Amino acid sequence: MKNKILPFIIIFIFGIIFVIFYKGLEDSKIYTPDINAKKEIPDFNTKEFFSGENMKSSNIFDLDKIYLLNIWSSWCVPCRQEHSFLMKLNSDNKVNIIGMNYKDNFKNAESFLKELGNPYKKIFIDLDGTLSIQWGAYGVPESFLIYNNEIIKKYIGPLNQELVDEINLLIK
Amino acid sequence: MIYSLVGYYSLIIGLIIGLFLFYFSYKNFNNSNILNTKILSFSFLQLFFVVISFLCLIFSFIVSDFSNETVFNNSHTTKPLFYKISGTWGNHEGSLLLWLLVLTLFIFLFLVRTKNQPVKYKILTLVFQQIIIVGFFLFLILTSNPFNYIFPIPTEGLGLNPILQDPALAIHPPILYLGYVGSSIIFSSVLAATSLKIISTNWAIHIKKWILISWIFLTLGILIGSIWAYYELGWGGFWFWDPVENVSLMPWLALTTLLHCILVLEKKSILTSWVIILSIATFTLSMCGTFLVRSGILNSVHTFANDPERGLFILVFLFILIFLSILIFFFFHKDNDKKSFSFFWLSKETSILINNWFMMYFLSVVLIGTVYPIFLDVITSQKISVGPPFYHKLIIPFLIPFLLVMAIGPNLKWIKSQLEDKIYLISFLIISILLAFLVLKNFNQNILINTILISSALYLFFITLRDFFVNKYKNISQNIAHFGFSLLILSILFNNLFASEIITNLKVGEIFENSKTKIVFESVDQKKEQNYNAIIANFSISNPNGEEDRLSPELRIYNQPVIATSEADIKTTLMSDKFIVINLVQNQDFFNVRYQVKPFMLWIWLSVILISFGGIISFIKKRS
Repeated sequence: MKNKILPFIIIFIFGIIFVIFYKGLEDSKIYTPDINAKKEIPDFNTKEFFSGENMKSSNIFDLDKIYLLNIWSSWCVPCRQEHSFLMKLNSDNKVNIIGMNYKDNFKNAESFLKELGNPYKKIFIDLDGTLSIQWGAYGVPESFLIYNNEIIKKYIGPLNQELVDEINLLIK
Repeated sequence: MIYSLVGYYSLIIGLIIGLFLFYFSYKNFNNSNILNTKILSFSFLQLFFVVISFLCLIFSFIVSDFSNETVFNNSHTTKPLFYKISGTWGNHEGSLLLWLLVLTLFIFLFLVRTKNQPVKYKILTLVFQQIIIVGFFLFLILTSNPFNYIFPIPTEGLGLNPILQDPALAIHPPILYLGYVGSSIIFSSVLAATSLKIISTNWAIHIKKWILISWIFLTLGILIGSIWAYYELGWGGFWFWDPVENVSLMPWLALTTLLHCILVLEKKSILTSWVIILSIATFTLSMCGTFLVRSGILNSVHTFANDPERGLFILVFLFILIFLSILIFFFFHKDNDKKSFSFFWLSKETSILINNWFMMYFLSVVLIGTVYPIFLDVITSQKISVGPPFYHKLIIPFLIPFLLVMAIGPNLKWIKSQLEDKIYLISFLIISILLAFLVLKNFNQNILINTILISSALYLFFITLRDFFVNKYKNISQNIAHFGFSLLILSILFNNLFASEIITNLKVGEIFENSKTKIVFESVDQKKEQNYNAIIANFSISNPNGEEDRLSPELRIYNQPVIATSEADIKTTLMSDKFIVINLVQNQDFFNVRYQVKPFMLWIWLSVILISFGGIISFIKKRS
């Protein structure tokens, strides 16, 4: 009797695996899941980028404004790519862009901004990468759209024209 | 133009031949006891047309025929000839054509080389292999045609990813595929043998050679990939537990276990269920790996293009094969191990069985680490990434008993063994522990676990070393492979424990100095090559003993596509590697310099070569 059931159980298990892989396949192209949407931003302490003074998260984000938190680093090549889009977003002046400088060296980061411009209203630093973990970031670059201290949308990887259009649409 | 045409129609003909082969097999299977010569000649024809198709693709790459979409996407006129050719399999379509080539090559060789086996078995193996072959023909023609036209014809191609422009990576895919795809023949023949109920000692001897071929190539393929990652990716490591590495490691683990089961089956005709399941698992894991990296469900260097249609095709095909094998296994296989057979606790087969279970455990750890993030994502929409700590924590502790059993097992007898005259086993253990303790005495980190680990690896080392002298040439292949494995574990452990790293920013002319090392950044040169421009930095590195090394890492800017890469400069000596890599910091006149000393690096490579050498010896050895 036992031997009769076993094949069915195994086939059933593989059936489930098939379904899961199939579902996984459907999602595979979506690299910016909005599942993390409507999540409160974490509470943290950090240092200001230029002055090195201590900062609190509550001083960075005001309640009724829209922010785009961008995690960047001077050593990160895709950050270079997306920088022009950040500059453009900033010049439109509809969203406050906040920079989180990720595991970087001040000198290199400063020259990065000098070369490509500084789109950030404020920059704070994440020297050892712990803040990014708190934010649930996967790597650099990554951007979070924030309103009322809530994460509305998360963008993994460099921003491009398509995503900038989407951001513009969202903050209207 | 003409090459694409010939290549494409060769594929179609190959597919039709596959269908003919089904028909011939069906007729032959029922009516005759001699293998129909048509089957042999048609298998050859199929191989021939796949070779033609493959050559056409290579020629399209050589002459830079950009009317072919694959060539356009992956080649460029300024590329050296060598990389034009290797570009053939450095992309999704071309590498699948290589799959097909290996599939057809192996079944042809199988039909030619297999003697003293029932004709029905040969025919049935062919049928199962043809199912796989036809599946891949359809996959290639329907979703990933390597001969797609583009019009108007572009004048220039998009170029090959620079990190793939490397000699090691040019030979990595063919070698790996011979092992990875070669396991298909084991899959087909085990299904055939199960259906005909001819799994026996005789069959084990015959299939062992095929397992060994796959195993040798898979081992070497993984090794080359790992060496490439070491010097090209510039992270200074050789194994990153990346999903792609994992999917090549999983079939290897299954295949290694299978190899040991086959040895038992050959001697005692037991463990048949193990053999069948592992043979199925090996190829299924290979297919599963292809699915994972090609469908875009996981992201990696090997994900060439994310096309859900392709993913779906492989997925459905994979599960058809899985269900087919499950059905065959349960329908035809009756466990004949029951004939009053029991394992004595102290015997060779018991130790093999114990380590098989350990291998299965390692396999499941790797499997779970690789696919769990997908499952979690689908079921709960959570994203996690599984990194090295997961694997290290779960695998390393279990290496200790694994190594011990690996050392003792080969010295036991089949069926039943006594503990008399085995005092040397104990004495070697004590020596190993003392030695490990002496080596690690001055280290304060994790002394306990490291001492135990190193002593068990040393134990295997000494025991296998002793076996060389005591057993002479008996079991020399096993002995070499196990000796190689002990060396591998020892090198990895020492490599991790004694590695050191310096990270600093340096300008030309500047000096970095600490108590052990002095790094002088002497000068910068420029170099212009056909496919890239490079900045070469010259460093002189010396230590207090007055030894001095000159190292020149490069920054390369490739022209097609424009990608900057850092080329590490590595000075390899017998005992340690000196590894230096530089990175440019924008708008600064200094470079970010990373210098690492990695002891026993060469030994890691050598020990893997030794392991596969054990396999090669077993392959060529005549049965006594």
